[in-house]
Amino acid sequence: MAEYNMHILVCGGTGCKASESELIKSNFQHRLNEFGLSDEIQVVLTGCFGFCEKGPIVKILPDNTFYTQVTPEDVTEIVNEHIIKGRKVERLLYRDPETHELVGDSKGMDFYKKQIRIALRNCGFINPENIEEYIGRDGYAALGTCLSEKTPDEVIEMIKDSGLRGRGGGGFPTGLKWQLTRKSVSDQKYVVCNADEGDPGAFMDRSILEGDPHSVLEAMAICGYCVGADKGLVYIRAEYPLAIERLKIAINQAREYGLLGDDILGTGFNFDVEIRYGAGAFVCGEETALIHSMEGKRGEPTVKPPFPAEKGYNGKPTNVNNVETFANIPVIINKGPEWFASIGTEKSKGTKVFALAGKINNVGLIEVPMGITLREIIYDIGGGIKDGREFKAVQTGGPSGGCLTKSFLDTPIDYDNLVAAGSMMGSGGMIVLDDTDCMVAIAKFYLEFTLDESCGKCTPCRIGNKRLHEILEKITEGNGKVEDLDRLRLLSNVIKDTSLCGLGQTSPNPVLSTLDHFYDEYLAHVTTASCPAGQCKALMHYSIDPDKCTGCTLCFRNCPVGAISGERRAPHYIDQSLCIKCGVCVAKCKFDAVLIG
Amino acid sequence: MEMINLTIDHKPVVVRKGTTVLKAASSIGIDIPTLCYMKLDDMNIENKPGGCRVCVVEVKGRRNLAPACCTEATEGMEISTHTIRVVNARRTVVELILSDHPADCLICAKSGNCELQDMAHHLGIRQIHYEGAKSMYREDTSPAIIRDINKCIMCRRCETMCNDVQTVGVLSAINRGFNAVVAPAFEMNLDHSVCTYCGQCVAVCPTGALTEVDQTGAVIRALSDPTKTVIVQTAPAVRAALGEEFGMPAGTLVTGKMVAALRRLGFDYVFDTDFAADLTILEEGTELLNRLSAFMEGDKNVKLPILTSCCPAWVKFFEHSFPELKDIPSTARSPQQMFGSIAKTYFADKINVKRENLVVVSIMPCLAKKYESSRPEFSVNGNPDVDYALTTRELAHLINLGNIEFKSLPNEEFDAPLGESTGAAVIFGTTGGVIEAAVRTAYEIFTGKPLPRIDFEELRGMDGLRKATIDFNGTPIHIGIAHGLGNARKLLEDIQAGHSEFHAIEIMSCPGGCIGGGGQPYHHGNAEILKKRQRAIYSEDRNKILRKSHENPYIVKLYEEFLGAPMSEKAHHLLHTKYFDRS
Amino acid sequence: MNKIKNLADLKKLQSEVQSKIKLREKGDSPEQLVQIKVSMATCGIASGAKETMNFLIEELDHQGIDAIVTQTGCMGYCYAEPTIELTIPGKAPVVYGFVNKNKALEIIEKHIKLNEMVDGIIPVAYSTIENK
Repeated sequence: MAEYNMHILVCGGTGCKASESELIKSNFQHRLNEFGLSDEIQVVLTGCFGFCEKGPIVKILPDNTFYTQVTPEDVTEIVNEHIIKGRKVERLLYRDPETHELVGDSKGMDFYKKQIRIALRNCGFINPENIEEYIGRDGYAALGTCLSEKTPDEVIEMIKDSGLRGRGGGGFPTGLKWQLTRKSVSDQKYVVCNADEGDPGAFMDRSILEGDPHSVLEAMAICGYCVGADKGLVYIRAEYPLAIERLKIAINQAREYGLLGDDILGTGFNFDVEIRYGAGAFVCGEETALIHSMEGKRGEPTVKPPFPAEKGYNGKPTNVNNVETFANIPVIINKGPEWFASIGTEKSKGTKVFALAGKINNVGLIEVPMGITLREIIYDIGGGIKDGREFKAVQTGGPSGGCLTKSFLDTPIDYDNLVAAGSMMGSGGMIVLDDTDCMVAIAKFYLEFTLDESCGKCTPCRIGNKRLHEILEKITEGNGKVEDLDRLRLLSNVIKDTSLCGLGQTSPNPVLSTLDHFYDEYLAHVTTASCPAGQCKALMHYSIDPDKCTGCTLCFRNCPVGAISGERRAPHYIDQSLCIKCGVCVAKCKFDAVLIG
Repeated sequence: MEMINLTIDHKPVVVRKGTTVLKAASSIGIDIPTLCYMKLDDMNIENKPGGCRVCVVEVKGRRNLAPACCTEATEGMEISTHTIRVVNARRTVVELILSDHPADCLICAKSGNCELQDMAHHLGIRQIHYEGAKSMYREDTSPAIIRDINKCIMCRRCETMCNDVQTVGVLSAINRGFNAVVAPAFEMNLDHSVCTYCGQCVAVCPTGALTEVDQTGAVIRALSDPTKTVIVQTAPAVRAALGEEFGMPAGTLVTGKMVAALRRLGFDYVFDTDFAADLTILEEGTELLNRLSAFMEGDKNVKLPILTSCCPAWVKFFEHSFPELKDIPSTARSPQQMFGSIAKTYFADKINVKRENLVVVSIMPCLAKKYESSRPEFSVNGNPDVDYALTTRELAHLINLGNIEFKSLPNEEFDAPLGESTGAAVIFGTTGGVIEAAVRTAYEIFTGKPLPRIDFEELRGMDGLRKATIDFNGTPIHIGIAHGLGNARKLLEDIQAGHSEFHAIEIMSCPGGCIGGGGQPYHHGNAEILKKRQRAIYSEDRNKILRKSHENPYIVKLYEEFLGAPMSEKAHHLLHTKYFDRS
Repeated sequence: MNKIKNLADLKKLQSEVQSKIKLREKGDSPEQLVQIKVSMATCGIASGAKETMNFLIEELDHQGIDAIVTQTGCMGYCYAEPTIELTIPGKAPVVYGFVNKNKALEIIEKHIKLNEMVDGIIPVAYSTIENK
């Protein structure tokens, strides 16, 4: 067996792959070949490192050098300088945005300092297409322990003791869910992995499946052992081709190694996993809708109870857990529930993966302990707000969540605190907003998403959300009235109260939370027909300050609709009836003479 | 049986485990309004839609309101059905539905029969607080059913009937969110789909989204055309339900008043489809006996069971779904088509009217009959055997237009010769009736002996699938009965698999048979009404002097004067048909 | 054809493959491990640095000592090749010259295991970007 002196890890997550990381990998292999170093240095395509803002990432071990934004052309320099001569390529190192100092290895990066990677433990570390690398990292040891040393009830107790809660959004205690499915009596039961990640901006489940598919398979087998199921199904959206590919490879390898299939590890336990494809409907993240979709029916929810634990796939007891939830399981077994429970807050244990996006410097995937504050996430890990602007709010929980304002910056983040603050954990999307974001427009944006994704089964979600959206549209177009704000709240409450499934019950949250925290902004739209953030086009008004205008004609030569007129060297004038508010005049004017109000 | 104690509006109630809050409330006189829910217990289908959210109630301890129609009662539950929170939510939900509705109630086909209209009235809605975009879909017209989907409220009752009850699978929800709508796959037109036109979707639609093709205008024009002789035939199930349209109790037989009304409307001859039903029994019964004897003699080319063929939706169903079985059903045309065929030949000759000047109108409990009459094999040189097939509801409409006070009409008799019928023909209108009528005749022909009894109770009832064995003087004849296409599918799958035990099977598409047809007065899912109609049918049979089809003197005369014998070449040409593979 | 038939098989395979990725795990906490950089420029390789490096890796692994052995460029002591830089956790780096197999074994036995410096140390006179 060849032992390598050095490993070059190239990120093979979807984001970095889109930036030619596969070409980077093959370039490395070619260059190393030329130097005759292929036997000594291993090049591995791994899962996501999380630091997508600066991708593609290349990490060199054992000296732990972290290269960012690497292009295929950079490979020659890295090999010549770093590999051969041992000199780090400084221009590709991460530079601390505040101190402007170079950071040589990832441990020194703020982005990683506060992270604890449990679910993402193998992402960016192992080759996801090689089961032996997973086994080398204690892979399938937890399954082995469970099958040969523990009874299903003991394992369920461990999961309960760990305090693990569902990472898909609801936060239902995982151990309890397993116990409910275990208690259901049936000749056939199923374990389902919900990989129908649908929140806008969230991609942790995809990253785990791309970077560490075996951890999910192992956990599903453990779950199958606990609940009494011999069949596992992964419901994954067809838009995740890379995750599907890696998952297929993983399933085949696990079967080859006897870690899936009949008589696993000689214990007589049978378990196999199949993949089911979803067509990419947000509502299919709801477990009853997911099950209907898997059955080949229209993906729409039905009333619970009966819960899937009693009557699920094909009418049989079914345990549905999300990818991230499963990824935690093997670690809990290996390191013990006490260890896991020592991380986090009283009612929310362990870590949570968040997808950081929006107006933040370090966009990417992070895993942090429960109880961390928003401030730590945004300023320490996220590197603060882009372009030095002012923090306004962070939207968590996706279209089902709400906005947290400055006053929540120091609130420890866990399931219950987020709900108390009018938002929710959701699947972990975190979109950071600055002072140029209009909160009415944000609410409208999320509602648009819900409108597209509602299945249309129940009246409040189908028609109610449409009406909510229409009211918001009226407001952002300057046609709103003060009464509309009351109507928004009233209708939102009825939609929450009467909708069939979680999608409808939470869809007005973005509206309600922005109404609560940014009422003044709404009021400005309906009383003075103005948008304080300057985002609502219809409410913007461009004019030329005659004192500043020099009559250079630059604006009117560039206006695409001929809305600007005036004589050379005399102040120009904008015809409001023609202006399309494109902003070209503002960009072109050298004298700041164009006013926006 | 585990019992559950709960309180609803502070009233204690004890129900069986598994009972919904809606039914528990109903058991103590609390009538929670519903819109999408249908009571399908009699079809052994549990309907728990939970879509419209009109039936929401407050459950103590739960964060959200719960839909009563699909929330199971649990021990100690405390339910409130009319708190301000509930009423506000319920009204908002209905207002939202109304905000996406054309609101052309004054001229809507469903006006007066619309459950959405009733609901708005029930909740006292006087203002719709929401306005905005309305659903815009194109109208879809087929030979029998019109879909005006702008009026669809997504209750999806039609979908339940089409998929769960009938297993036809044409209608289902497509698209998402506000654009969600019930439609055939890919939004194709109904007439391109495998729709059987059974009309059960129309029968349950709470609004005017699904209605029948209205042919009353054409009939009125024909009646006022002096060059036309217009004759009418009425199906057996119509007389047991028509009265409901005029406020008479369900199950009132109105045969005589119906005849009187038709005469006053100006029909030149008022005949009875029952006459043709007797004719059907002679043709189909003879076919059954021929096949039975050949089969018993070991003829390998003869297949059993023989299946009835008088239900046009059923015919279209097997043409689409079981084309490989198309040799099994009887080749006998349905009574409607036999009547048309005889009327435009035998009767037209008798009264010396040219075929093209004779207009045959049928009054049917059925929407598929409109489609059946339009099938090309049932016309001669483009002139259909049956020109117009009206539903029971359309007839009521015509009677209203004719300013006829229905209830005070005298009882009148059908005209001769095509108006005479036996009790066997009357029971065609209910499930089990056709096969009972066939047994009455086949027995006597097969055994050469008179029937020891006329009423075959073992063939009657409302169960979706029934079977009985009739002793044909030592030869046991196994008979199967199915109503509802979902039940029919089960029998067909057995035949396909080669383990059907039956010699003969009766199939009716609509639950209850023709009495529950898609063209009957709306029963709004109330199975009691069907049972009353069924009782009325059997009572008409009992009161007839002649109760076996082969004893109908006009039928005997028809064979003597015109057809020769059952299954003769002429009979074959005029009274039999063939089926097509439409898969 | 199941490769892994029981828990013992799994554990055996695990211990076999663990070393494959051990290197990466070491990278997670380099400051706690013995670090050896082998100068592998032209002069170093010509003087047998590659053999020295391979020997170090094998011997440390054989003795079960967790250490990171990496290659580096020319340290400038071309007269003393092969040269290595040895960092014991918590201590300043030390550079040895003329490290052949015997010297390497001596360094392992004395410096790394017993923390006794041996002959051949070259005084360090440069800084790296990490300690800039």
